[in-house]
Amino acid sequence: MKKTLWAIILTLILFGCGKGAKQRAESPETSEDVMEKQEIIHGTEVTEVKLTNPLDAAMIKQGQEIFEMKCMSCHRLDETRLVGPGWSGVTKRRTAVWLTNMITNVDIMLEKDADAQKMLEECLIRMPNQNVSLEESRSIIEFMRKNDGEI
Amino acid sequence: MKTKYYLISLALGALAVSQTSCKPGGGKASSELAGDAAQKVYVAPGTHDEFYSIVSGGFNGQVSVIGLPSGRTLKNIPVFSQHPENGWGYSEETKPMLNTSHGFIPWDDSHHIALSTTNSEHDGRWAFINGNNTPRIARISLSSFKTEEIIEIPNSGGNHSSPFITANTEYAVAGTRFSVPPDNVADVPISSFKENFKGYISFISIDKETGRMGIKFQLKTPGVSYDLARAGKGKSADWFFFSTYNTEQASTLMEVNASQKDKDFILAVNWKKAEQYLAQGKGKKEPGTYAHNVWDEDTHSATSTIINEVMTLDPKDCPDMLYFIPCPKSPHGCDVDPTGSYIVGSGKLAAVIPVFSFDKMQKAIASKAYDGQFDGIPILKYEEVLHGEVQKPGLGPLHTEFDGKGNAITSFFVSSELVRWNIDKLEIIDRVPTYYSVGHLSIPGGPTAKPHGKYVVAYNKITKDRYLPTGPELAQSAQLYDISGDKMKLLLDFPTTGEPHYAEALPASLIKDKVRKIYELEKNKHPFATKSEKDTRVERKGKEVHIYMTTIRSHFAPDNIEGIKIDDVVYFHVTNLEQDWDVPHGFAVRGAKNAELLIMPGETQTYKWIPSKVGVTPFYCTDFCSALHQEMQGYIRVSPANSNVPLKWGLGNTPEAAAEKAVAGK
Repeated sequence: MKKTLWAIILTLILFGCGKGAKQRAESPETSEDVMEKQEIIHGTEVTEVKLTNPLDAAMIKQGQEIFEMKCMSCHRLDETRLVGPGWSGVTKRRTAVWLTNMITNVDIMLEKDADAQKMLEECLIRMPNQNVSLEESRSIIEFMRKNDGEI
Repeated sequence: MKTKYYLISLALGALAVSQTSCKPGGGKASSELAGDAAQKVYVAPGTHDEFYSIVSGGFNGQVSVIGLPSGRTLKNIPVFSQHPENGWGYSEETKPMLNTSHGFIPWDDSHHIALSTTNSEHDGRWAFINGNNTPRIARISLSSFKTEEIIEIPNSGGNHSSPFITANTEYAVAGTRFSVPPDNVADVPISSFKENFKGYISFISIDKETGRMGIKFQLKTPGVSYDLARAGKGKSADWFFFSTYNTEQASTLMEVNASQKDKDFILAVNWKKAEQYLAQGKGKKEPGTYAHNVWDEDTHSATSTIINEVMTLDPKDCPDMLYFIPCPKSPHGCDVDPTGSYIVGSGKLAAVIPVFSFDKMQKAIASKAYDGQFDGIPILKYEEVLHGEVQKPGLGPLHTEFDGKGNAITSFFVSSELVRWNIDKLEIIDRVPTYYSVGHLSIPGGPTAKPHGKYVVAYNKITKDRYLPTGPELAQSAQLYDISGDKMKLLLDFPTTGEPHYAEALPASLIKDKVRKIYELEKNKHPFATKSEKDTRVERKGKEVHIYMTTIRSHFAPDNIEGIKIDDVVYFHVTNLEQDWDVPHGFAVRGAKNAELLIMPGETQTYKWIPSKVGVTPFYCTDFCSALHQEMQGYIRVSPANSNVPLKWGLGNTPEAAAEKAVAGK
């Protein structure tokens, strides 16, 4: 009888924590799967933008209006760098495809485009997503072309 | 022999030590804790909770949004109380939301959540919550998670039996907890309670498309205390049920005097019939002053309208509209099962849970099985309406929700437990302790026709030792239980603030894909919006100065302003030109007797500042917005009242800045 009781005491002392320990061992860890789920939602990358001459006056007008609402806080029309680079000459430095993606798909550009990454290092502020549609971005480019003296 | 007892007690002691030393949190013994609790509540980084729980903020006057099963607080939505964190009730646009017939009120005690339903199922459009102290109901958008409307309730005191809603969100109700004399003849002796006090029940209509609220009518019922309520569902959808106490009609030492009778009542209201009486012209417009405050998502502003009369219906003119069901004793919860067949009364001082049958109630009404009347309203015979009683369920039943499997779960405050029982058989299936003294409980979809089951959350009234101690004032204790199996299993303790009274949870999928992310600049119709940096300016109108300001990462335009004088009243109308999700800018001015503004992308908000000292005063962005956030600041110069400093403003275009730029360019 005495021996049995001692055995019970020992068992309880030794294994009393079994359940708790097991619980800790089973606590889930963050898996690669989970981390991969944290994807950034990108827009669709644009691969072709058609430019025509002469410039489209309606597009220029719309482009200027969008510039004044959503762009001019950070970009000047001359060569001055404000938050971002000045727009003077931008259509000579960049292709229309690059500009369109920078305006509408900035996340994907900052992820893989070396020039865009370099700009971020210089300006230290991500080019913001300003909720501009593809059509609106085309108008902005038309306005940029006019700013660069095209006709 | 002695040795044997000694050893046995040692064995028991060891058992006790092994049990207490290994439990996870250090609180009470947790035999009810599920072995796999950690996995069940673990929401891995980057993944989302399965349910939104919209939780009453209790005496903080707000609403919390909590994810389940993690118990993580995702947001506090300001409703009835000022919220310095985002300027609610401080900005010029939001101040009208807190207007009442008493003027501006900075606080209330928010109680019950009601989520909008279609056919008694959650539709994920709006949350409603009542203000208890200064009677009001608020409507919150579940797209913007913002309070869009607040309506005050006249002729009411303690809006507790509220804002429960009908099956298709036609109405929210407001039953007065403290009967009062009508507002326009309210100067009467308190001792004249029985003659002069009325128990007003207001039906607040809700527009199907916009959610816009209006007081459709008030029922002038006898002076009793309305506690809680639920609408019928399915076959009972035309009815509304209200629990009552103080049918003694006492007005002093209530805890004794309002607990005299063995039975109080559940009031059954045929609201469709009330609509018919209204259409027949039985309603009477009476004086009643109340505020109706509406938020406009296009102008980013609220308006407050004071209304001076209210439509009332007197039950004496409207037979067959109201019936009293006797219910033991001081019933609190009054909950309708998912099929609409049963009404569960929870007599908080009773030893049983009475369950009433809607079918039997209809029969009793048809056969006029009355047990007298109360102030002209027929009292149905208890036995004729009763489906049955759950015997010895526990002590102090308060509230009941449903698991969708034919069972009910009732909270017991005094015996501090949740009890699950079968509605049909009235048999107890399971019980589990809560820590401590549970009040409301919440099952996802629990009050609807389609409960999602899976979990129940106990909102406890006492916290004590559940968390690390934080002085005399503690967080509130909520507990999540798994109810998917036969036994209810405790999974998680999580703290909440302000003593939540009730919460409703619904699947995240009903809401998460339609959540507003930004305000589109093109649609901003704020009268003081500045939609381009070129339009930023400062205008003086006498002593008023209006500053049309914009923000974008990371500067204000203008950021240098001069020509402000002592005694001026300065309004900063700040438009955030950002158009990307999660890029708000904050705004604060040194010495302003105000909270900050937190301006969402595309939004315009106004900050009122009455300068108190002469000098150059800095202002800055309070929300870390970019790597150059620390540089996002400006200066405004305040001169004496009689000074001649001209009004001028700018951004980076001072002569000094131009000179610096010229030097830098070389």
